Amino acid sequence: MSSPGPLRNPHGAVALPAPQAEELRWRLRRSLRFVPAHLVLLAGVALFVFPVYVAFVASTADLPEVTSGTMRLLPGPHAAENYWKAFVAGTGERIRGVPMARAMLNSLAVALGVALGKIALSLLSAYAIVFFDFRWRAPAFWLIFLTLMLPVEVRIIPTYKVASDLGLVNTYTGLILPLTVSATGTLLFRQFFLTVPDELVDAAKIDGAGPLRFLWSVLLPVSRTTVAALFVVLFIYGWNQYLWPLLITTSLEKEVVVVAITKMIGTGEALVDWPVIMASALLALLPPTVVIVAMQRWFVQGLTETEK
Amino acid sequence: MRRSFFRAPALPYLLVAPQLVLTLVFFYWPALQGLYQSLLIQDPFGLRTSFAGLANFAAVLADPLYGNAVRVTLVFSAAVVAGAMAVGLVLATAAAQPLRGVQVYRTMLVWPYAVAPAVAAALWLFLAHPSVGIVGRALVRWRLGWDYTLNGTHALLLVVVASVWSRVAYNFVFFLAGLQSIPRSLHEAAQVDGATWFQSFRWVTLPLLAPTTFFLLVVNALYSLFDTFAVIHALTKGGPGKATETLIYKVYVDGVVNLNLGSSSAQSVILLILAVVLTSFQFRFLERRVHYA
Repeated sequence: MSSPGPLRNPHGAVALPAPQAEELRWRLRRSLRFVPAHLVLLAGVALFVFPVYVAFVASTADLPEVTSGTMRLLPGPHAAENYWKAFVAGTGERIRGVPMARAMLNSLAVALGVALGKIALSLLSAYAIVFFDFRWRAPAFWLIFLTLMLPVEVRIIPTYKVASDLGLVNTYTGLILPLTVSATGTLLFRQFFLTVPDELVDAAKIDGAGPLRFLWSVLLPVSRTTVAALFVVLFIYGWNQYLWPLLITTSLEKEVVVVAITKMIGTGEALVDWPVIMASALLALLPPTVVIVAMQRWFVQGLTETEK
Repeated sequence: MRRSFFRAPALPYLLVAPQLVLTLVFFYWPALQGLYQSLLIQDPFGLRTSFAGLANFAAVLADPLYGNAVRVTLVFSAAVVAGAMAVGLVLATAAAQPLRGVQVYRTMLVWPYAVAPAVAAALWLFLAHPSVGIVGRALVRWRLGWDYTLNGTHALLLVVVASVWSRVAYNFVFFLAGLQSIPRSLHEAAQVDGATWFQSFRWVTLPLLAPTTFFLLVVNALYSLFDTFAVIHALTKGGPGKATETLIYKVYVDGVVNLNLGSSSAQSVILLILAVVLTSFQFRFLERRVHYA
């Protein structure tokens, strides 16, 4: 006889037969088996949420409370004024910067420009490379492919020189164009286009569709998920760019959020307007977060397929 | 391979032209200029420029400050790569289990990819600040003498933590994808053979994850070499002293702040070679995938 007490069957006070108790124990062990995984994941989530939560609390506190180090871990009553200062004025008591409204608009322009520009450029070039048999096909592919070798950061100073010779300093064009040069999009589209069956091309030809009609009415619709995946990855990439915007913009008018925030921090002294800065930081991470969470499936697909 | 092609004399050229033109203007032309610049020496007032051969490279390699940057970069990169991959793998292993609410966990762990490295740096600065930050004040209270603005080791630790923090999500995504592609039957077979969880992880999961691990090793190394500029610029500006001055940060300081273009270009070329070596490793992986996919 095993485990008397609470384990009773519906017919009376007879203890459970051994096999049934065995099954219960097995179920219990099965559900306990995942406890470590839950704990690990909860710790991981906490690790990522904690700094953001602290920033959120600071963005609702007032300046003396934060600089004296007596801030509590519960939201305070000053959210409205801090976010107002960050978003509309861009200034606190001790810092002068660019209003987040302006900086976020700039970042949005860069993120959209980089994402859409790169998608358009690479879609066209991949289309030419996969669906046309032309003389300079291989050299063109290799010229594009080799750009994978060099991150922007390595050739940043000569690139700056070229951009400033072209009069692109402090322009959206200067912010966006150099960042659209890379092979990742072309490679991704190429890989996808290679899976498009020949029959589709033949059918289009028989129906009398020209190459541009085929691109627009057949290829683009079947490439929707690839485009979406690339868009998410590139949007984040563009929004989070730092070194290039830092160099190519000198006026506050064209500053992007990410740069604006570190400029507000300056050398990181205790007395800067932390509540306003933290409000700005949260505003800065809101748009890319919304994009990732809303388009998570495409994001994961895009990231694992562009591999960069 | 494709057998059906469109035929048009000019169209394919028009289609590749935009990307090729931009690539030439913003990629090959600056790269050549950088290469050329690295062979020139400018006098301190920028009035005269003369050809110097490999003198810039010799000067850079002999410079003890460059040696320092190499050391800092090695320590920093090793710590960031190891940290981000280890945390990413542990979290992905847990998130690959058939748990209740696993989708919520995954979203919460993928999401941090949205946080720009510079913003991550701002968040960590606010946590670790010795007189304002919650974590920093606690460390001071425990008499650990925490002050990353004065102590080089603390500064390095802080940039490592902030960089790892902003890189875990990337590793998580790839490890999770890798784990999900391992057929469940293999683990079941191991279980039937009486393997413990750890044995099954060590002898089934890890070997099958090897391609993912190798890929991440290379990509994370590239990330820690180049993309961490923002974190360092936002947190420590390479200081205190030169304690957190990595190779890419030194390129920036010498080129943009000190205006020593010859030296900065020579350093860029060295980094370029490093990047080429690392990416060619990555290509081998890519090639394999392209062939078998």
